[in-house]
This record gives sequence, structure tokens and C-alpha cells, in this order.
Amino acid sequence: MSKEIKVPATAEELKDLKAGDMVLLSGIVYTARDQAHKRIVECIEKGEKVPFNLENSAIYYVGPTPEKEGQVIGSAGPTTSGRMDMFSPLLMEKGNTIMIGKGKRNAAVKKAIQNTGAVYLSAIGGAGAYLADCVLSSTVIAWEDLGCEAVRELTVKNMPLIVAIDSQGNDIYEIGPKEYLKG
Amino acid sequence: MKDIQASKIQEVIKDLCIQSNLHLPQDVEDALCCAYDAETFPRAKEVLGISKENLQIAKDKCMPICQDTGATCVYAEIGQDVHIVGDFEKAIQDGVVAGYTEGFLRKSIAADPIRRGNTGDNTPAFITTKIVPGDSLKLTVVPKGCGSENMSRLVMLTPGDGVDGVVQFVMDTVIKAGSNPCPPIVVGVGIGGTFDKVAWLAKKALMRPLNEKNPDPYYAELEEKLLKKINKTGIGPAGLGGKTTCLGVAIETMPTHVAGLPVAVNVSCHVTRRASIVL
Repeated sequence: MSKEIKVPATAEELKDLKAGDMVLLSGIVYTARDQAHKRIVECIEKGEKVPFNLENSAIYYVGPTPEKEGQVIGSAGPTTSGRMDMFSPLLMEKGNTIMIGKGKRNAAVKKAIQNTGAVYLSAIGGAGAYLADCVLSSTVIAWEDLGCEAVRELTVKNMPLIVAIDSQGNDIYEIGPKEYLKG
Repeated sequence: MKDIQASKIQEVIKDLCIQSNLHLPQDVEDALCCAYDAETFPRAKEVLGISKENLQIAKDKCMPICQDTGATCVYAEIGQDVHIVGDFEKAIQDGVVAGYTEGFLRKSIAADPIRRGNTGDNTPAFITTKIVPGDSLKLTVVPKGCGSENMSRLVMLTPGDGVDGVVQFVMDTVIKAGSNPCPPIVVGVGIGGTFDKVAWLAKKALMRPLNEKNPDPYYAELEEKLLKKINKTGIGPAGLGGKTTCLGVAIETMPTHVAGLPVAVNVSCHVTRRASIVL
């Protein structure tokens, strides 16, 4: 049974999620991956305005394929989150509460998650067409020069995700394989 | 001598780029479906169910299976009795531009490895050619995603490390990769040759259909042993735990120097794509 999450969401609203929970996420999600993260961090360091409000935000690590006429978005599955590890703690410090991607995170990210009450959700890697089906609208809001890495504001409905790291720091990438092996 | 026009090559490369990104090879789709049926761990079954449904949506909506439509690797087996009329390499590059533009595929090539930027059209394709007997031209397009490419590794073992060293290196690579390469993975292993050739062997191994074993029984057995061992790690689909971590292991080998034992592991995801045509 999946839990429903509406975004933007506060840390308080996310505190009961547990690693391994299946969730259906709906609301506003911002896309950002490598180059966009680098620029967001530069904005913060220079005291400049970030393209979207980080407070209680959900960030999806995705670089979609171009949409055809009549399509909302192209194929839109998650990219490997580990490459964002060097940037994420600062974003959480500035209010980001949900990260969506795939794969393990490092110790610094886990620590920031525990300190701020954020959560890390995993989307299914490779399921780009399936996830595109959950996107109701998509608008590029910044850094169009980055091509597929530009920042978009997405409205999503019932995006199927798995809680990978909960606000207490429990990590399904460590727990899941052990659970299976225990039988 | 048979003439093949460069314009024909450009056209088929375009079609192969699009086709390979929209449809999985039948052997990979079959392996994924079998894994779904055999999976017993509930979370893993759920994940594989989404991956299966994703293939159907991609077909129905003519949408790329995965948003990482890859670096375009092109393999050409050129019959020595073939005469290509026009510029062969330009035909391939132009075919990739057409395929990635008209097919609405993602342009994922950084123009410079350090200074980055984007070439804007997914070129250059990474081309490997081989001259073979005959008068036909076989072209294969392999779009290779980087989530799994980043998890690939190469080592120069010593002869004393032997088969145990090879098994250990493959297992270390797979365990270190964990959830990153979008398991269930496909593992290509190159053994022997030289530093450069062994990487190519691993890549070539990924092009072999999953239902075909190495013709040498010794290596067919080693493939089977590695597959079982990888599936005992519990990493599971998407790395969230489960029975299915690997859909297939393929080994390709070459003779090597008396002092060496090069090993390369090229990791691929459950969206292991390829499409071929013979002209």
C-alpha cells in the first residue's frame, strides 16, 4: 500500500516516512542535475537569487529527452544521485526537503538529511517512459543553455517512488539487500 | 565488389538509433520478463513490474525506454569486397545527427571532457570497424548509458592471480557498483589481449545476445558461475534488495602476454540496447 505525499512538503510532514515505504508523490517538483546544481550552489555562495524557492522544495535529478509535439515531456527517469552528493547538503540547509534520484548517497548527505529532516526518494532507474506518464506539465524556468540539464518546474501526479533514506538516516540500499538475504 | 552508397549508410544509422532506443532486443526483454516471473521478494517484484510496464509504454507512445539515450557506439563489420561510395565516417555521424534529432533522443555528449559544453547533436559516434571476408556490411548501433558505464573497471592482473583473481575483480566491481548501474545488470567481461584490447572485449561481450553462451565450455561455465554468484549478492532490482541482480554475464577472451592477465568489466543496465542491420 503506497502512502501519498503532496509537495511542497515540510520536514514535519515527512517525518513518519520510513525507508522502504512506497509512496505516490504529487505536486510541484523542480528538475536539476550536475550543472544546475553547480550553478545553484554558486548562486547561494554569491548571495544571488536561486531560480526557484528552495524552502520545502522537491528536486528531481533528471535530464529528459526532448518532447515531441503534443507530449508534455520526453522520457524522464532518474539519473545517478551520487554525483549531486557534493552539492546536496547546502541545498538541504537552505530548505530543500525532498531529493528524488537513484542510487546510494554518501555520509555527508545522510548527516544533512538527519540534521534537517529531509528525505531521499528513489525513482526506478531506466523507467523513463513510465515516469513521463506521471508528469502533467513541464516548463523550463532557468538556464535553457544547459539543454536537457535546464531547470524545469514539473507538476506531477502519483509518481511512484520508494523512500531510500528516511529522516532518521535509515538507508534502504543497505537494509533492502540484507532483508532479502535473511529471507 | 559490391557498391554501397554512403547515403544508404546514413539512412540506416538514423533508423538504428531510433529503433534501438524505443525497443529492447527480444532476448533482453525475455530475460526481464523471466526475472519478473521468478522474483520472490515483494519490493523487487514491484520494481521489475514497473520496468516491464515501462517497456510497453515506450512502445505504445513511441518514447525512448530510458531518458539516457546514450553515447552512440557504432560497430561496422566491413566485407573486404565492399566498396563504399562516399565518406563512410561522415555518413555515420550524419546518421546519428538525423536519428537523435528526428527521433527526439537526448543529446548527451559533452564537447570536452573537462571544459564540458554539449556538442548539441550527440556526435561524435564512437566507431569501431573490422574488415571481414565477404561483400556485406554489418552495422550495429549500441546506445550506452553512463550510469552503468561509470561503474565499469579495468585491471592488469598478474598470471598468478588466475581465474580466482578474475572472479574476485568481477565481484568487487559489481558490489561496488551496487544500485548505480540500474540493476538487474548485464555484465560484459574481457580477459586477455592488451590494455586497449581488453576494454574492447568487454564491450563486445555486451553485444552478444543473453541467450548465447561463450562457445568454449570452460568460459560458458565461468559465465554461469559468475551469474549465480552475482545473483547471490542480494543487491536486487534497482539495488533495493532481491533475487535478480544480473540478467546475464558474457565473457570474451584473447591470447595475452606471458607476463599479463588484463581484465575489463563493462557494466550495462537492464535497458541494454542494440540494433543491427546487414547491407
